[in-house]
Amino acid sequence: MPSSNTKPQNSSPPVIDVRDLDLYYGLNQALKEINITLQEKQVTAFIGPSGCGKSTLLRCFNRMNDLIDGVRVSGSIRIAGHNIYDRSVDVIELRKLVGMVFQKSNPFPKSIHENIAYGLRLHGMKSRSEIDDVVESSLRSAALWDEVKDRLHASALVLSGGQQQRLCIARAIAIRPEIILMDEPASALDPIATAKIEELILELKKRFTILIVTHNMQQAARISDRTAFFYLGELIEYDTTSKIFTNPGRKQTEDYVTGRFG
Amino acid sequence: MNNATRGAASGFNTGRRNWGSFFFTGLTGAATALILAILVIILGNITWMGWEALSWRFVLAGTEQDMFDVNKAGVMPMIVGTTARVILMTIFVIPVGVTTAVYLTEYAQPTSLTTRVIRGAVNNLAGVPSIVFGLFGLGFFISFVGSHMDELLHSSLEAPVWGKPALLWASMTLAVMTLPVVIVATEESLKAIAPGLREASLALGATKLQTIVKIVLPQALPGIMTGGILAVGRAAGEVAPILFTGAAYYMASLPHSLSDQFMDLGYHVFILSTQSPNIDQTRPILYATVLVLLILTFALNVVAILVRAKVRRRLRAAN
Repeated sequence: MPSSNTKPQNSSPPVIDVRDLDLYYGLNQALKEINITLQEKQVTAFIGPSGCGKSTLLRCFNRMNDLIDGVRVSGSIRIAGHNIYDRSVDVIELRKLVGMVFQKSNPFPKSIHENIAYGLRLHGMKSRSEIDDVVESSLRSAALWDEVKDRLHASALVLSGGQQQRLCIARAIAIRPEIILMDEPASALDPIATAKIEELILELKKRFTILIVTHNMQQAARISDRTAFFYLGELIEYDTTSKIFTNPGRKQTEDYVTGRFG
Repeated sequence: MNNATRGAASGFNTGRRNWGSFFFTGLTGAATALILAILVIILGNITWMGWEALSWRFVLAGTEQDMFDVNKAGVMPMIVGTTARVILMTIFVIPVGVTTAVYLTEYAQPTSLTTRVIRGAVNNLAGVPSIVFGLFGLGFFISFVGSHMDELLHSSLEAPVWGKPALLWASMTLAVMTLPVVIVATEESLKAIAPGLREASLALGATKLQTIVKIVLPQALPGIMTGGILAVGRAAGEVAPILFTGAAYYMASLPHSLSDQFMDLGYHVFILSTQSPNIDQTRPILYATVLVLLILTFALNVVAILVRAKVRRRLRAAN
C-alpha cells in the first residue's frame, strides 16, 4: 500500500490513529487493513464510490457499527492515545467525545430547544439557565440562532431541510465533542442550503476535528484539508486535498476524481 | 356518453361496456351495503326496542327489588362492574403488552428461535376462543394463584378471599385475552418510528434504555393507545372470560375491593334472556340493557380516542 502509509507532513498532532483496521459484516469484509492518521482541527474528506467502505469507516469512530448484528472489527483506532475498541472503553463517553451528523437530517420530533437540551440532560446538565445558555451558543455556532430565536419552543419538524441539518449540527456540538463525524451531511439539500452547511463546516473546523463522507467531489475540494480515497474497502490514497485533486499518486484516484468512474 | 363522443372515440372504443368491471363494482358495492344494512338493523332494532325502557331511573337503579320487572329493575351495578373490569384490564394489559412489544422490536434478534416462538405464541393467543380464557382464569388465577394467596395471607379464615371469582381475576383474564392486540399494535407503532431517531439519540451518548424511554416510547404512544382502544372494544362486551372468574348473578352492593365479585352488563343480558319467569315483562329491560352496554362501550372508546387525539396534537406541537 504505497501512498496510504506515507505520513502527511503537518505540524498539528495526530488526533486519530487507525492501525490495521479490518471490518467484517458476517463473512463479507467491508474494510481491509486501513491505516490512516487524521489531524486535529482539520477537515478530512472520505471519498470513493458507493460501497467502498467510507461510511463504514466513519461509523467506526463512534462505534455506531456496534449496533449492527454480525459486525466484527480487528485492529485499533486510537483517539487521543486510547484504543476505542478496548474492552474498557465506555461507548457513552466515546460518543460524547465523537459527535455525529447523519445523511438524512434526523431532529427529534420535539421542540428546537428540546432537541439540543436532550443531549445536555443525558450528560447530567440540570440547571435550566445553563441549558438555555448552551442551547443559544450551540445554535449560534451552527448559524441557526437568528432564524429560530423567536420560536425555540416550536417543533423542529417545521424547519426546512437545511435548517434541520444545522439543528442536528447544533445538537452534536452542544455536548462539546472534539471530533464531529459527518455522513454526507448535505446530500439531501439544495445548493443554497449546501453552501450554508459548507460555510459552517469551515467555521467549525477552528474548534473541532471534522471527518466528512461525501459523494460530491467539488464539496471535498472546497472544504477539506485532507482527502482519503477509498475503493472496495481499501484506502487507496490519503493526502492533502490539493494533492489528491491536482496531482494524485494513483491512477484509480485520478480516474475517480476526474469523474472517469464511480 | 352521447353518440357524438362515442363516434369520435370509436378508434379505441369498441362501444361495448366492460361487463366484468361493471359486475365487480356492483358486487363489492352490494357486499358493503349488506354489512351496513346488518349494522343498521341491529343498532336500529336495539335502539327502537330499548328506548322505551331506558330512563334515568333505569340507569341509576339496582336490582334489589326485582331483577326482571321493567318498573323496578335497573343497571347501575352492572355499569359500575363493567366499567371497573375494563379499566382494570387496561391497567394490567398495557404495561405487559408494551414491554413485550419493546422486547420483540428493540432487543430480540428478529430471526432467533426465541423471537419466533414468542411471536407464534402471541398469534396463537389471539386465536384462542374466549371461553378457554375463562377456564384458564378459573384454573390459574383462582385455583392456583388465589388459593395460594389465601394460604399465605388468610390461613386463619374459613371462607376464601382470593381463591374465588373476583374483580381482580376477571380483569386479569381479560388482560391475558387482549394481550395480543396490544402487543401487535405497539409493535407496529415501534416499527414505524424512523431508525434515524434511534441512531441520533445513541450517537449523542444515550443508552439504549434512555433512547427507548425518552425518544421511542413517546413517539409510539398514539399507537399504544390504539392497541388499548382495540383491547377495550374487544373486552367490554365479552362474557365468557368473566363467567367463571368474577361475574355475579346478583350482588347486594357494589364491589368495594378487588376480591369482590361484580355484576356485569353482558352477563346480565344473558341472565335476563334465560332466567326470567316472565319474558314479555322482561323484554323491554333486556333491550335497554343491551342498549346501555352499546352506549358504554361506545363511550369508553370515545374517551380513549379523544385522549389519543390530544396526545397526537401534543406530539405534533412537540412541547
